[in-house]
Amino acid sequence: MKVLIPSALRSYTGKSEAEASGVTLAAVLADLDRQYPGIRFRMIDEQDRIRRHIRIFVNGDQVRELSQPLSARDEVIIVQALSGG
Amino acid sequence: MARKAKEPAVRKRSTTTRARARRSVVLVATRKGAWLYHGDAARKTWRVDGPHFLGHVVSHLVLDPRDRRTLLAAAKTGHLGPTVFCSTDLGRTWKEAVQPPSFAKAPEGEQGRSVDHTFWLAPGRPADAGVWYAGTSPQGLFRSSDGGATWEPFSSINDDPQFREWMGTAQDGTPDGPKLHSVIVDPRDSSHIYIAMSGGGVHESGDGGRTWKTLLKGLEVVEGFGFDASKPTFHDPHCIRLCPSNPDRLYQQNHCGIYRLDRPSDTWVRIGKAMPKQVGDIGFPMVVHPRDADGAWVFPMDGTSVWPRTSPEGRPAVYATRNGGKTWQRLDKGLPARHAWWTVKRQAMTADAADPVGLYFGTTSGELWMSRDEGRRWACIARHLPEIYSVEVAEL
Repeated sequence: MKVLIPSALRSYTGKSEAEASGVTLAAVLADLDRQYPGIRFRMIDEQDRIRRHIRIFVNGDQVRELSQPLSARDEVIIVQALSGG
Repeated sequence: MARKAKEPAVRKRSTTTRARARRSVVLVATRKGAWLYHGDAARKTWRVDGPHFLGHVVSHLVLDPRDRRTLLAAAKTGHLGPTVFCSTDLGRTWKEAVQPPSFAKAPEGEQGRSVDHTFWLAPGRPADAGVWYAGTSPQGLFRSSDGGATWEPFSSINDDPQFREWMGTAQDGTPDGPKLHSVIVDPRDSSHIYIAMSGGGVHESGDGGRTWKTLLKGLEVVEGFGFDASKPTFHDPHCIRLCPSNPDRLYQQNHCGIYRLDRPSDTWVRIGKAMPKQVGDIGFPMVVHPRDADGAWVFPMDGTSVWPRTSPEGRPAVYATRNGGKTWQRLDKGLPARHAWWTVKRQAMTADAADPVGLYFGTTSGELWMSRDEGRRWACIARHLPEIYSVEVAEL
């Protein structure tokens, strides 16, 4: 599926859009990390919580749990949220 | 954990000559990136290299003294989680840690902690190639044995119920998060380690970090609230340094004064009482002389009323002792005489090993200052940097 990458994480992907597969958000992020080592930990902490200033949307709806089921046609958007000056 | 006393090193011209022949690099970590300032052999002109990691909050940038090529940078951004970057070519290229410092995953149903930022980086002894230690916020201690690529947590601190109680919550630490810092490995014994926690006190281990004991005697706590000085919770060490010329001597800048500890004693002596009363003995950094264990420098700040954390009366100055803290001398020649409302954070002041010693500090207002003569005269190397979090100097 298509994953849109925010500018803060493009040092890992080198592009604004990536392809990843998995049946849950956790699996998709794991696949992204396999392709782009280190990218997951910048978004997801060691307790598997989405970091404070990261938002993840699936088909336009915000997702808060990594267990969220996904299908191959879904579009995942990762957004860097407001974090101050 | 007493160690055999070692004779203070005598100044040797041959050593200092070699040190002077080497070029220095000043490593500056800021709230918005990192810069390297390469000096000439006389330490008079500086070539800037940077920014590195522009926009990253870089808490600490350290050169490995064992190879003089490897740099480690503790970084995060406003949006992204914390990581460690490593360069083996003095910053030309960087590689991210495969496993940055991170706490153990909590069991199902329990609230685990996550590292907000790695705050302190410390290389191991010369004999322990590739070994590094990291202190984090919230407070945790981590060790790498592969040059910073992977980091393992010390569960003896990070998961210990007693330590967790002493650490308190995020509200019990410094404004941008409680920090574990001043990770010091005894140069004679890699199993002898000191750490400090803001807040949470000073601790030492004699068995490589398996067990710890507190090191609080003599340290004062904030007066007037009935705090029990025997409890680590109430202690806030700001910066601890071990004297390279006498590893049995440590100096400490604390929230409640300046102290010295001479092992095997376990009682700190408040040497800051000898500071001028109008200046006081509150501050963040502590710097020790590379060859004279009686020599040390501090940078006092205003710790009165609401704790402005600025230079007292807007008149910044370094204070030096050459007699172990019996007396202190104000050193402010070249620094602004008035209306300078900045200060220096705990990692942002350091000394080189040349003779005379070069001193360096970075300010909260983004200025980098240095002295080529042990603090007698000061000159500004750089202005208009972001808020400076740490300054280290290394010889290449």
